[in-house]
Amino acid sequence: MSCWDTIADYGLRSLGHGERLLPRSDFTLCQQFTLIGSGMIWNIYFGTLALISGFVLATAVAMGKAARNPWLRKPAEWFVFVFRGSPLFIQFFFAYFLFLSLKSTYPVFSPLTAAALGALIVLFLNTAAYSAEIFYGALQSIPKGDIEAADAYGMSGWSRFRRVIWPTMLRLGWPAYTNEAIFLFHATTLVFFSGFPTIKQKGDALYYASYFADKTFNPFIPYPILAFYFILLTLAVIFLFGRVNARLNRHLPQETRSRIRLRPQLIR
Amino acid sequence: MFSYCTDPGTLEGLTWLSCYLTTGKHQSIYWAVGTVLLLLAITAPTALLFGFGGASAARSRFAPLSWFGKIYISVVRGVPDIAFFLFFVIALDQAFEWVRHKVKCPDWDQEVWQGNDFVVCAEAKLPLGNAAQWVHETYGFFLAVLTFAIVFGAFAANVLYGAMQAVPRAQIETAEAYGMSNRQAFWRILVPQMWVYALPGLSNLWMVLIKATPLLFLLGVEDIVYWARELGGSKTAQFTDYPHPDWRMWYFAALLIFYLGFTRVSEIVLDKIMRRLTKGQATMAGEAQRKAAA
Amino acid sequence: MNKLILSVAALALSAGLASAQTVRMGTEGAYPPYNFINDAGEVDGFERELGDELCARAELTCEWVTNDWDSIIPNLVSGNYDTIIAGMSITDERDEVIDFTQNYTPPAASAYVGLSADADVTGIVAAQAATIQAAHVAETGATLLEFPTPDETIAAVRNGEADAVLADKDFLVPIVNESNGELAFVGEDVPLGGGIGMGVRESDGELKGKFDAAIQSMKDDGTLNAMIKKWFGDEALVF
Repeated sequence: MSCWDTIADYGLRSLGHGERLLPRSDFTLCQQFTLIGSGMIWNIYFGTLALISGFVLATAVAMGKAARNPWLRKPAEWFVFVFRGSPLFIQFFFAYFLFLSLKSTYPVFSPLTAAALGALIVLFLNTAAYSAEIFYGALQSIPKGDIEAADAYGMSGWSRFRRVIWPTMLRLGWPAYTNEAIFLFHATTLVFFSGFPTIKQKGDALYYASYFADKTFNPFIPYPILAFYFILLTLAVIFLFGRVNARLNRHLPQETRSRIRLRPQLIR
Repeated sequence: MFSYCTDPGTLEGLTWLSCYLTTGKHQSIYWAVGTVLLLLAITAPTALLFGFGGASAARSRFAPLSWFGKIYISVVRGVPDIAFFLFFVIALDQAFEWVRHKVKCPDWDQEVWQGNDFVVCAEAKLPLGNAAQWVHETYGFFLAVLTFAIVFGAFAANVLYGAMQAVPRAQIETAEAYGMSNRQAFWRILVPQMWVYALPGLSNLWMVLIKATPLLFLLGVEDIVYWARELGGSKTAQFTDYPHPDWRMWYFAALLIFYLGFTRVSEIVLDKIMRRLTKGQATMAGEAQRKAAA
Repeated sequence: MNKLILSVAALALSAGLASAQTVRMGTEGAYPPYNFINDAGEVDGFERELGDELCARAELTCEWVTNDWDSIIPNLVSGNYDTIIAGMSITDERDEVIDFTQNYTPPAASAYVGLSADADVTGIVAAQAATIQAAHVAETGATLLEFPTPDETIAAVRNGEADAVLADKDFLVPIVNESNGELAFVGEDVPLGGGIGMGVRESDGELKGKFDAAIQSMKDDGTLNAMIKKWFGDEALVF
């Protein structure tokens, strides 16, 4: 069987298409690359969706944390503290328990016990908390002059936020946010490892890597393959975020731009 | 533990609980708390050392060293820690034993890899086959610390590299104007000043490190999450004097409180250190401190 | 180096053996009645008792080590302990990588357990990941739901996440017995695997020979059968 056949059979196995049974003997490198790659679909799915949805919530929580009103500030502070202060491992465990009990009372919630939705929600809340802390830190370091200038132009409320505060906050927080994105993609490997059950052997990259490690009893091939895929993914994330960073800083002179990029910010 | 614990089946309520929580098996989880704290205490400085080495290497003018530093930082940061832990400890252990094998048994005529087996001579085993149990435990712990330090060292290197770049160029130029050599400027000017820029990143790294401890069982150190799962799972009366249904929820709740508390304490301490480091620095926060005092 | 030594089996051995190499016995510690951690925090169970007896008969000093199930074979072949005695069924694919002693339990049956005796074993079936049962469910066409630990597979049946669980029958019997009728065996037993044996490195023929002989002597004088009955009940299969 050629490698192309393997790719045709297993390329989308993680979504349930192709061969139903996983390979059980005579494991080839091609099979390992294909299946682990197929599992990466889930890692990218979790990472991307959680990142996008988390970004919106993070902005709101960061604003809440910076608010004077304690009714806004306190919940935001607690949200960030609980999700940043506990291991994702434990968050997955509690979420799965909670979703199960919700499901037994209200059948509406049954999709939550599947990783596709349930784990996504946990990752979404988790990354929102971490990003909110980064954005909050950035919010605190917005130069006073920028806000005074906005006031001088007669901006207030929404337009001041939309045109001055928000872009500056993103610009300052971006290097740290890039790190957060990398960590989030790494954290997606925990979904099937600790939290949610794997249905019909549709798992993520780590699931297939450990499947092969278990079948071949040799951890030195599948895990480095997994590492290889993640290095590629990390490079892609760094590239994309670098493009956004360049756009956020396009008004600055060359020299200043690179300095801002290298200034250490909060990493996760 | 207590004298009344001889027949737990007859006990109830708090007395039962006091016996239950002091069984030999529960002692293991209390020990695990200590192990985790000790590991954190040793790993943090070690990782910082690796990070310092990595960052200095990456800044080096000697190209191969600089490549080495940069590759170390980007490769290890690119890989999820969990994937790294799953094969790296075994590799590390084999590497140590292989080196010892080459040194101690030069006349060995058999292959080191016999099929799937990794076989070294008895003298090269780490620890030696007849070593006491605490030696094995300590060695396993040492490997876990080393693996953690390598992974987190890469992140620390990234933070320190950024911090070294962030020290105002003028400071180094002034040092050069005073006739300091590169080495002197590095150790006397750059290193003392970089910490204030590195601390936010490093304190975040510390928080991540705390939260990576549930992965310790992958490295063979049985950590608190491992024991919480093991103790919390439902127990049948045939194998224990303390049967109970699935109690993992309560164990995990206790862990949640432990981690949240530990995070809070860390935050307070790191805040203090930051305020201390900021003093007299040419940053906005340092300026604010000066004004507040005046 | 996945290991944490829980206890040293201080065996009554002659003083002359004090200098002998220690044999390190790797087990999981989470699979009663085969092996588990007892209230005192020590490895206990059928395999603990069996292993200690085998070591005594083979005149070896043994030491117990626990290791995560997923990496139990890689750690054996890389020499971190010398045997696996962890309820491991003898299968062809495992046999390609390590050697097994002769089996010390007869080929054991696996069984389905559900909330009632007519649960649907072709529906959603839970199994521990990386076991022969998981592989079997994948082949039957039922929807396989995999969990990292055996505990979680049982919990999944209890909370309705899965219709049934497939696991070693010996593991399931005490759980079903103590569930007050909540759980029940479903259908016929499923024969899987070739009995349970001790795993040793392929390059370790001498050790394998010693344990083979010890197991044979226990089979011959009936002590093995008595031990099986003690831990698995009177209905258990014996030699």
